[in-house]
Amino acid sequence: MISIQQIHKAFGDNRVLKGISIDIQQGEVVCIIGPSGSGKSTILRCINGLEAYDDGKILVNGHVVDRDANNIHWIRTHVSMVFQRFNLFPHRTVLQNVIEGPIFVKKEAVESATENGLRLLDQVGLSHKAEAYPGQLSGGQQQRVAIARALAMQPQAILFDEPTSALDPELVGDVLAVMRSLADAGMTMVVVTHEMGFAREVADRVVFMDQGLVVEEGPARELLTNPRHERTQEFLKRVSSSL
Amino acid sequence: MASTLIKDVIEFTPILLEGAVVTVQVTLASLVLSTLIGLGWALMRTSGIPVLATASKIFVNLIRGIPILVILFYVYFVLPEFGIQLSAFLAGTIGLGIAYSAYMAEAFRSGIEAIDAGQVEAAQSIGMRKWMIMRRVILPQAFKISLPPYGNNLVMMLKDSSQTSAITVAELAMQSKLIAASSFKNMTVFSMGAIGYLLLSIPLIYFVSRLEKKFGKSK
Repeated sequence: MISIQQIHKAFGDNRVLKGISIDIQQGEVVCIIGPSGSGKSTILRCINGLEAYDDGKILVNGHVVDRDANNIHWIRTHVSMVFQRFNLFPHRTVLQNVIEGPIFVKKEAVESATENGLRLLDQVGLSHKAEAYPGQLSGGQQQRVAIARALAMQPQAILFDEPTSALDPELVGDVLAVMRSLADAGMTMVVVTHEMGFAREVADRVVFMDQGLVVEEGPARELLTNPRHERTQEFLKRVSSSL
Repeated sequence: MASTLIKDVIEFTPILLEGAVVTVQVTLASLVLSTLIGLGWALMRTSGIPVLATASKIFVNLIRGIPILVILFYVYFVLPEFGIQLSAFLAGTIGLGIAYSAYMAEAFRSGIEAIDAGQVEAAQSIGMRKWMIMRRVILPQAFKISLPPYGNNLVMMLKDSSQTSAITVAELAMQSKLIAASSFKNMTVFSMGAIGYLLLSIPLIYFVSRLEKKFGKSK
């Protein structure tokens, strides 16, 4: 469904991606892990054109992703994104955040969009907060609203950019639970994360990136318990010792 | 002594009130004009299109570098040479509106630039296009941030509307000057004029400081 082919990207002299290739199938949950600065967020942002890439090709359902092309808006309505810092619209209520895209981008009728929005809020356990403003919610609640907002676009895939990194530890569980139920429902998900437990239990496949390259990829359990590469082993050791 | 003062006040008040009405009219009309033009400058400046951004920067600096009085003279005395004859009121409004558009532009620009880049990305990620992002996501938030400087500009504009007296707009300062010239009661007349401006501006200043409390600190 998403095909990343030999992507190169530099910020000035700093080469952050040095030929990344990843293929993601429909219904697959892929976790991208790696040390900070490895380029994992950048590659995620390239998939829906928030970031431009210098060389290579990204295809979404056979359509080339080019942030300057006219179809980028079409691609973005099919591939939603959940951000580390939630990025909810602070001047709109929780419900308005969720139905903004369906109403103003997809031109859905207000009534059906609202109905659908409330159903999604219920799904993430926040229907009682529909009329609240984002500033009145905890980080974990905001992130669940952000997930509902992404779902409201009825995307074929959702990209998660370190969705729990900005959360207090006790709020992480609720967000991961929502993500887990999405995975169980068959949503295609690409997740940049530091949550090894989540990756182990939910991901079909884990990709380990370091210094702009894919070092190793494979089935989640296998890669996380028996990493083949030295760098992967080192990284996992460091991550587990810090827990 | 006191009775002549009261008599003078009663005599001058209606004329000064007429002037105050014109002052309010000039201020409000210039407010509308400067808001629209200023918003235009700010949108050009933040458009990400180099030609527009540079043009906006040049115009805004040009306007800021010329005294309001000279802009007023230009609109009132120079434009007629190009066949554009404006009434004093219209010329005053347009001159003041253009002069203040530069300051309004800065107020809006600071508001727009204060919006977190994540807001734009979130809007992009649900497929919004540039103009819709501006209209639905950035401007509603930017306006709140811009309100305190915007209000301050409004207070300044109220006072600077007195400069239109130089091109014969019959506002409060002009009426004061006229009465003073014919009655020689300088002290009484100009004190009344000053009080007139204070009565108009103090509620505004109070209103602006409340805006600052409400929107200044919190995002």
